[in-house]
Amino acid sequence: MNGLWIALGVALVALFVWYLSSTAGRLDRLHRRIETSTFALDAQLLRRSSIAIELSVAGILDPSSSEVIAETAHLARLAADGDVDDRIRAESALTEVLMQALDDAEEVTFLREDEVAAQLLDELTAAIRRVELSRRFLNDAVLACRQIRDHRLVRLFRLAGHTPLPATWEMDDRAPVGLGYLGT
Amino acid sequence: MTQQQRLRIGMVCPYAWDSPGGVRSHVADLAFELRERGHVVDILAPVDDPDLVPAGEVTNGGKPVAVPYNGSVARLNFGLRATRQVRRWIQEGDFDLVHVHEPIAPGLSLLTLWVADGPIVATWHSSNPRSRILAGLNRLVQTAMEKVSGRIAVSEDARRTLVAHLGGDAVLIPNGVRISAFDSAERHPGFDPAHPTLLFLGRIDEPRKGLSVLTAALPAIVEAVPDVHLFIAGPGDEQEVIDDLPPQLHRHVTFLGMVSDEEKASALRSADVYVAPNTGGESFGIVLIESMAAGTAVLASDLPAFSRVLDHGSAGAQFANEDSADLARAAIALLGDPERRAQLSAAGALRVRRFDWDHVIDDVLAVYASVTAGGEGVTTDLRGQILGRLSTGLGSGQR
Repeated sequence: MNGLWIALGVALVALFVWYLSSTAGRLDRLHRRIETSTFALDAQLLRRSSIAIELSVAGILDPSSSEVIAETAHLARLAADGDVDDRIRAESALTEVLMQALDDAEEVTFLREDEVAAQLLDELTAAIRRVELSRRFLNDAVLACRQIRDHRLVRLFRLAGHTPLPATWEMDDRAPVGLGYLGT
Repeated sequence: MTQQQRLRIGMVCPYAWDSPGGVRSHVADLAFELRERGHVVDILAPVDDPDLVPAGEVTNGGKPVAVPYNGSVARLNFGLRATRQVRRWIQEGDFDLVHVHEPIAPGLSLLTLWVADGPIVATWHSSNPRSRILAGLNRLVQTAMEKVSGRIAVSEDARRTLVAHLGGDAVLIPNGVRISAFDSAERHPGFDPAHPTLLFLGRIDEPRKGLSVLTAALPAIVEAVPDVHLFIAGPGDEQEVIDDLPPQLHRHVTFLGMVSDEEKASALRSADVYVAPNTGGESFGIVLIESMAAGTAVLASDLPAFSRVLDHGSAGAQFANEDSADLARAAIALLGDPERRAQLSAAGALRVRRFDWDHVIDDVLAVYASVTAGGEGVTTDLRGQILGRLSTGLGSGQR
């Protein structure tokens, strides 16, 4: 009789250990996904700001738009190495400036008649789209990860190790209406 | 924007490659367009009859088994042998990323999520608000879903279903259509231009495709438009449909049977009105887009997904779902008004442009670029998978 209880106890402990180890595995994978997504978002944001700067010096837009875009894109690039919240603010500012500068579809169609302009605008559209995708994928991974990390057992047994709690990337990533872009 | 890097993509279709279907043709077209742009695509799909599939077109994922799923009978693959096969496919494929379709269906896609580790993209196709499998989403399925780095939904409905069941979000990338294949298709020889014609496309024995709603409307339509002719294209038991029709209507109906892609394009191009009486389970309605691409007026049930594709009636006419009387009324109005048909056809041609593959593929490649940013490819994942270890050890040897 005693032997049965011991066997049952061992089985339960084994099941519990399996549960903990597989949960740790899931967390580890999500942490890696977050890392990759952050890397991707970083690359797409840098790409967006460089194209914005190119656009501002190409002499396609009016001088004041060019000036403001150049300035905010430059600040966004500088913020890339700093605090995440500062960066999000700087990138959101760039989004707003681009939305303001390219707010008219008809005018953009007119600009596109120039070959260089058309190419830059295409590249900017693609970069904006990619920022949006990368940010969404990053936030997906963050939310999935936080859901698991909220669990009592996960906190009690410190299954997340020393990895800091990830945060969603809450930035304004809308596309200028003038780019005629049908996003999600 | 051009994609410089040549990607090796493993694409998984969970439904049998040798039977027609929306997901299957989406996968085939997507692979075609990706290859056009220089990428390498290896498709893994179930195959019923290997003789029906040209050699080298897909990697055979095994013979599917018919099971009730998602409100109809689906043919799916599962089990140890299938798992082993998927694992070997991933090991030998050396993919930069894996793109699975309809991952929630218990088939090759879900198995792939289970077995693979690395950059994974998943596309959700169906809207399925009351799936029992999803409602009871268990830990293993959830673990598999967590591996998806980039989620795509083909429609707003599919996206809503996904978000409701899994949380998070997905990007919306609609199904693509190769417009040129439809707007320049030859006229179908069976269609007599002298008669007004209606066209139905789809499996005739699948209730949700709604053929019975259309046949119930036929007597009223024939009464108002005596020389009307209905063409029915799609696999299924034709005799059953004929038996249900009053004998005097038999001469108004022609069955085209299962049609090839070319025949489908020709039929769409030749018909006066394409009728989509689907009663549910549709999240997108690719045929509606194809019909618009062919320049043929669309008459569809008022499913939310259809309303969205038709831009709330501006690019196609609609009737109350499952209401044969309303279908008859709308069909009679359209058949008697060539001007209205031309107007819908013009609006449809404009509407369909955003679904052109050229645009769609740009978005898909942007997703690929985003998930492959880490630079690591796809490997097999054996962590915590006792069954996986066993079947690898016994089946394909240690790697």
